[in-house]
Amino acid sequence: MYRDFGTILFLIFMGIILIYAPLLIQKLLAPNDPNADKLATYECGEESEGSAWVQFNIRFYVVALIFLIFDVEVVFLFPWAVVFNELGLLAFVEMSIFLIILLLGLAYVWRRSDLDWVKYNVKYGRGRYSSLYKKSQAVKES
Amino acid sequence: MGVLENKFNDNIVVGSLDKFLSWSRSTSPWFFQFGLACCAIEMMATAAARHDLERIGMMPRSSPRQADVMIVAGTVTMKMALRVKKLYEQMANPKYVISMGSCATSGGPYWQHGYHVLKGVDLVVPVDVYVPGCPPRPEALIEGLLKLQQLISEERPLTRKIT
Repeated sequence: MYRDFGTILFLIFMGIILIYAPLLIQKLLAPNDPNADKLATYECGEESEGSAWVQFNIRFYVVALIFLIFDVEVVFLFPWAVVFNELGLLAFVEMSIFLIILLLGLAYVWRRSDLDWVKYNVKYGRGRYSSLYKKSQAVKES
Repeated sequence: MGVLENKFNDNIVVGSLDKFLSWSRSTSPWFFQFGLACCAIEMMATAAARHDLERIGMMPRSSPRQADVMIVAGTVTMKMALRVKKLYEQMANPKYVISMGSCATSGGPYWQHGYHVLKGVDLVVPVDVYVPGCPPRPEALIEGLLKLQQLISEERPLTRKIT
């Protein structure tokens, strides 16, 4: 039994050596001559401007999530459709239940108006946005 | 420079290792895909199936970080010269430059009245091999590349230089 652990230890050592030996060799042999231009970000020869930490609109996140749900749905639907004839009624019912659950989810995001870029409540001043909406309308009229 | 670069006196071990190093460098100099004008068409033809640069170990890379050779293929305008310089700086050492065609070598047809053309790319980057022609045929470019491979294989990176 201990001999088996010896094999694992040997593999760990070999793994470490095989990673670090080439790095050491290149450290010794490769020319190293950095300057400001070389260390700069490669942007097709242009000077890089600004920061790469750009904020994306949070609403893209919801759109991506909704897309992901139906993306996975298609992944399940295709193999089901291919062998549909052999599976019979049970598979049809099961897939129908699966689709109904997902459609409920779609109805939910639709009702929350997550499918719209500007939410329904914000656009037409419903619910807690009503006072804000009235103010903006007043500003527009004056 | 490297830790071991030019640090050893010439002897059988260092000499053999040196030869091996420069041989391995010379047999796979990947070139930077970098077309500026009509010479780029010939460069593409050279890399494509008929002339097949990969049989001499060269393949085009789109990033200077992975390239060893910069083929300046075409007219270098004043605006482009700054970018050429920056791209050359961004390549990893050891790096080489081939000036392809008469525009890159000397300004070519724009020599006299080309107010916007750099009169030779060697004004901004050190050129190793010049390939004449307007544009050079793929055979001419391959001749230049073989010349460059010969130059690289004659390098001795570890041996101390006698000054």
